[in-house]
Amino acid sequence: MLETHGLTANYGQFRALFGVDITVAAGECVAIIGANGAGKSTLMRSITGVLGNEPGMVLHRGEPIGALSSAEIMKRGIAMVPEGRRLFPSLTVEENLLVGGQARKVPGPWSLDTVYDLFPILRERRKSPGTALSGGQQQMVAIGRALMSNPELLLCDEISLGLAPVIIRDIYAALPRIREGGAAIVLVEQDIGKALAVADRVYCMMEGRVTLVAKAAEVAREQIHSAYFGVAA
Amino acid sequence: MIWLDILVQGILLGGLYALFAAGLSLVFGIMRLVNLAHGDLIILAAYLVLMGVTLLGLSPWIAALVAVPVMFALGWLLQAAVLNRVLGKDILPPLLVTFGLSVALQNGLLEVFSADSRRIPVGALEGASLDLGLVTVGIMPLMTFASAIVMIIGLNGLFYHTALGRAFRATSDDAVTAGLMGIEPKRIFAIATGIAMVVVTLAALYLGMRANFDPSIGPARLIYAFEAVIIGGLGSLWGTLAGGIIIGVAQTFGAALNPEWQILAGHIAFLAVMLLKPRGLFPRAVD
Repeated sequence: MLETHGLTANYGQFRALFGVDITVAAGECVAIIGANGAGKSTLMRSITGVLGNEPGMVLHRGEPIGALSSAEIMKRGIAMVPEGRRLFPSLTVEENLLVGGQARKVPGPWSLDTVYDLFPILRERRKSPGTALSGGQQQMVAIGRALMSNPELLLCDEISLGLAPVIIRDIYAALPRIREGGAAIVLVEQDIGKALAVADRVYCMMEGRVTLVAKAAEVAREQIHSAYFGVAA
Repeated sequence: MIWLDILVQGILLGGLYALFAAGLSLVFGIMRLVNLAHGDLIILAAYLVLMGVTLLGLSPWIAALVAVPVMFALGWLLQAAVLNRVLGKDILPPLLVTFGLSVALQNGLLEVFSADSRRIPVGALEGASLDLGLVTVGIMPLMTFASAIVMIIGLNGLFYHTALGRAFRATSDDAVTAGLMGIEPKRIFAIATGIAMVVVTLAALYLGMRANFDPSIGPARLIYAFEAVIIGGLGSLWGTLAGGIIIGVAQTFGAALNPEWQILAGHIAFLAVMLLKPRGLFPRAVD
């Protein structure tokens, strides 16, 4: 459903991605792991149009989307949970959720009610400013906000970053229900264990390149270790 | 009793300044753009209304209604074709472009309409007044003030109770993330400037009905508008109205002491507020 072909990205003179090829099938859960600075977030920013590309570097259902704007890509059904959550501080929890669904209105499993069922605490806090919530609750809003557009593909950039283990467990517990709704998921993670536990396949990145592609259930610790750090275990 | 009268006149004058300022406040609030041509756009709209009255024989109210879609389209085009290209991290390019637009508008208006001062004729309404017992107020200032209140209620309704308003606020908070939500920031900016020009038309209608105008007076309206926005605190339209009222009251009291002090008193009130409350009376939490 989504493919990248020789995807490159630059920040000024600095090249952050060197020809990255990944594929995500409909309904699949793919983990992208790698150390800080490996290019994972840059990959997400390229796919979602925040960083511009050559049209053919990113394909959605076979059509080139690499040069489209973020908004156009989102309307095709690719929703993003951005790194650092990025809630809108002027909007309440409920408004943050609504803003996620207002540009793409398609039938699907997700609505205010079903998002509140997924994360019941948000129903209680729905009138609060989004940024008045705890980090974990903010992450739930960010995930719910992306779900509101009933995406085909949900990109989650570091959803466990900076959260307490018990909170991370709650958030990961929601992922199976999101998959039941039919969305494919790309999880960008530094927490390898968490990512492998839910993913079908895993890509490991290092210094802007993919160093390992494997089925999550079959991959060996040593393989990850060498792909992650670039040295043999 | 005369002081009460001066106070009331000043408050009502504040309504006019709030009308001048609301469009400026809206554009700055959403896209951090200071439109230095704002005053000249008010004058342009005033000539547009005047043309509707003199050439088409419309009443000023109908002429303003006709001018509204024209000004909306003009604002939309200005934003889409020009201002969106210069918006960015650097605040200087939009300042230069709108300054240039201000000069061009003044000269264009001078070329077309000459330097003669004009006024939108309103007939009997102009001198009509209402006796409230303690004070007598002009119908026209009262209508101006009421229009300012209705406009603020309307804009707040749009901002806080519609999907478009949510998109405005989200884009104002974080344009990149708004893009990830399927919102095109540039389209939102164009709509916002269009709406600001609708407010400008309302301001122009009352400006032109209440006083003489000519192509050169735009920048002074910009200053009043600016001061009202800054006093109010850059985020609240009610704050902008409060800012307008403070300037209006200062001006009427200044004028009562000595007619030459009218303008000066308004500016002094602005400086005094800046000394006491540098971020304005109702600052936004996120600025």
